[in-house]
Order: sequence, then structure tokens, then C-alpha cells
Amino acid sequence: MASTTVARAATSRPAPQKPKRRAPLPIELYRSAVGKKYVMAITGIALMGFVFFHMLGNLKMYLGPGHFNEYAEWLRTLLVPFLPRTTTLWLMRIGLIVAFALHIHAAYSLTRMNHAARNTKYQGRRDYVAANYASRTMRWSGIIVGLFIVWHLFDLSWTGTGYTFVRGAVYENVDGSLSRIPVGILYVVANIALGFHLFHGAWSLFQSMGWNNPRFNRWRRDFAAIFAAIIVVGNVSFPLAVMAGVVGVG
Amino acid sequence: MDLTLQVWRQDGPTTSGRFETYAAPGISEDMSFLEMLDVVNERLAADGKEPITFDHDCREGICGTCSLMINGKAHGPERGTATCQLHMRKFNDGDTIVIEPWRATAFPIIKDLMVDRSAFDRIVEAGGYITVAAGSAPDANLIPVPKPVADAAMDAAACIGCGACVAACPNSAAQLFTSAKVAHLNLLPQGQSERYARTEAMVDTMEQYFGSCTNHGECQEACPKEIPIDFIATMNKDYLRAKLKNRRYLSRTP
Ligand code: FES
Repeated sequence: MASTTVARAATSRPAPQKPKRRAPLPIELYRSAVGKKYVMAITGIALMGFVFFHMLGNLKMYLGPGHFNEYAEWLRTLLVPFLPRTTTLWLMRIGLIVAFALHIHAAYSLTRMNHAARNTKYQGRRDYVAANYASRTMRWSGIIVGLFIVWHLFDLSWTGTGYTFVRGAVYENVDGSLSRIPVGILYVVANIALGFHLFHGAWSLFQSMGWNNPRFNRWRRDFAAIFAAIIVVGNVSFPLAVMAGVVGVG
Repeated sequence: MDLTLQVWRQDGPTTSGRFETYAAPGISEDMSFLEMLDVVNERLAADGKEPITFDHDCREGICGTCSLMINGKAHGPERGTATCQLHMRKFNDGDTIVIEPWRATAFPIIKDLMVDRSAFDRIVEAGGYITVAAGSAPDANLIPVPKPVADAAMDAAACIGCGACVAACPNSAAQLFTSAKVAHLNLLPQGQSERYARTEAMVDTMEQYFGSCTNHGECQEACPKEIPIDFIATMNKDYLRAKLKNRRYLSRTP
């Protein structure tokens, strides 16, 4: 057929065998895209755990300033007789920072790889069947959440963002910041983006980790949907409650 | 049926292409999609124009040569159906049909709608076989294989290597193809001895050409053989095990 007489493009030649020295297992694994997906899944699980307990802890704000600030102080004194104050908290923070860094780096390099894998896009309109809004916007929802987290840290942990910020006065700071309507809306929007990110990520991790079994396969989508819904409802309730005056110093 | 076609025309691998519009009147709804293109091509040839180049061979859905992106879907609108098995009755009179080749860096266009899929051959060469001492044929059922395992291996072996999974994937990943080729051997007793070396070699080769899987699930919808993405999860698991297990023997570098 015609194909035998036409010059073939370079990609169809045998792949060059890169002489690679065998690295230690984690690095060896991370070199491959499948390995990077493992890293994305594992760090994703860690970050999901954080997001869940962050939301759960913040529910304390509904019990009033006393409980809430006490909870914030309790986090700093975790395991205190055995370890110095804030040590446990810092260990967890370091874990989170590492997880974030790996999650973002893996996403970045996989995205580069995927763009290179289709140098000419489809010129006609694509008609997707299974790929949904959440799965196709992962990198955008991820970027929104990432930028939001930086803002969120400035807003409530580091400097405050224009309201009277008092370090350690957690309840008052939340009230001071979120009672500003545009800021409250920002929190709502960012958490909806987080919800979309979780809706795909919490399902996707099962496949990436190779957790596939007919016994539980039908629950994987449900788990992701329920997890995302719990996080969004919980987190969105905080700015709404502050803006509505349910939470606040009055 | 009277149809309008918008067909991707490209003279060669290095030239740029464009959509061209053709009127296709008087198409029978009993024709297959490729027969419809045959009719269009005969008319083009009769007018002294260059016919549309497209890949095809068996025309019975078993060889995986036909490969068309029809209205933004790999192999067109019908689930579990290769382009050659797609009937024109699935379209309506007066429809405009957009036909494009597979798009992936690893599948360069040869001409018009025909692409070069030999990157798939590279993946199979890397480990899609079993190295056996080829004696005389053993007795049937000498090696017991549980029925569900045989069925699963058969499901994976149904892959015809058409490339629809890559074409449909937003990332141009070849995970469904590779996992099917890995699974139909890894599931069976005969495939065990090379199981982990195979998985590692085939995945590593795949990643030199294709994108990475982000679990959209678009491939299993496009697959004319309805191969499920469950095989991708199994392949991921075997890949991790390959890295963990017996690395001295698996190592491909001295
Ligand atoms: S031509 Fe053989 S599968 Fe379509």
C-alpha cells in the first residue's frame, strides 16, 4: 500500500535506547510517567487527608471563639510532653509542603509530556464521551487552588490582608477577613474549584494506584463524589456563615 | 441519503493540511462508512481528482487498520464499533460529517486520513510476546486456566491495535493499548515468567512515544472492542511490582 513507499517520520523509528544507570527505587519510579502518577496519587491522598481534617477542625468555629481558639492552640501543643511545642505541627507542615511540591512537579512534567504527545491538535470539534468537566480542567482547578492557598496563608496565617490581623486570634481573624463580601466570595469560588479537583482526583487515584477490584469498583466514583461534596459543603459554609453573621464577634 | 463531508486532506507527512468539503449525494444507508468513502472516491477519480487516502483492510472489524475521527469521535458515534463496521444508517439525511485522521505526535500523518501507527509495533516488540521453547504442540488443557481468567485474558486479547484509544485520549496516552497487550499475556500461566520484565519494558517504551494517563476514561468509550480501563490499573500495579521485585534480573542495563 501507499504506506510502504512514503517516507516515515522520525517517531516511527525504533526508540533510541538511552543508557541509564539504575537509580534507587523511588527515583527510578519517579522517572516514569506511571511512577509520577503513583506519586500524584499518594501525595493526593495525603493532601485529601489534610483538607478533610482542616475542614473538620474549622467546624469548631460554630462553637464560638473560645472553642475555636482553644482548638488552634491545641494543634500547636500536640504531643507536647514528648516533643517541644509546635514540633508536631511543624512535622505535619513539612510533610504537607513536600506533598504539595511533589504533586505540583509531577503534574507539571506530565502536562508537558502530554502536550508534546499531540503536537497538532484536532482541527475539528472533539465530542467527549467520558471525559468530564472536572477531569479536563484539573490543571486549571489545581492552579486556582494553589494560588488560593498562597492567598489563604497570607490572609489568615502570616500577615492578614488589610483587616486588623492579630496573630493567634484565629476566630477574630476569620471574622475580620471573611466578613468582607468580595473575600467571602473568593473563598466560595476557590472551594468550588477544589471540589471539582477532588471529584476527579479522588476517583483517579484508585486507577493510578492500581486499586481495581470488581468488589469495590462501583463505589470509587461514589466515594469521590461524596468526598468532594463533604469538603465543598463544609468549607463553603464558613464564608457564608461569616457573611451572614452566624459566625462573628458581633 | 444526501450528505456533506468535511475531509482532512494533506498531501504528505511534512505538508500542511486543510479541510475540504465534498457533497456526497445518493448514499445508501446500508453502506458501511468506508463504502460511502469508496463511492465518494470513485466520483472524485471520475472527475480526475485525487481520491481521499484512508486506511482499511479486513472491513470486518478485526484487523484494526481503519482509523477515522468522525465528528470528533474515534470510529464515529457507535459504541464498540470500528469505522468499517459503522453503517450509514447511524447518520441522518442532510448531515455534515467531519472526518479527521488520528492526531498524535507518535502517529504522524502519511497522507490525508492515513497515519503511521508503527509506534505501537515498538511497544509490542519490547515485550508483547512469550519466549517459549517451541516443541510440538502440547495436549489441550494441560495447563489449567480458571475460566474467569481465560475470559479476562480473552477480553484483553480482543485489542486490534487500531489506535482509537490514543486518538480519543485528551493526553494522547496509549495506556489502554499497552495494558491490553500486557494483560493478555500477564493473566495467563504461560506469561508469568516474563511478567514483570515485560510490563516494565512495554511501559517504558510506551512512554517514549505517548502521553500519560490521567484517567479520563475516554479510551474505553472509543475502543471498538470495548476493552475496559481496568487493565490500566492492573498494568500500573504490575509496573510498581516490576520496580520492587528482583531488580537485578529485571535490569535491562548491564
Ligand atoms: S478495516 Fe479491519 S478493523 Fe476496520
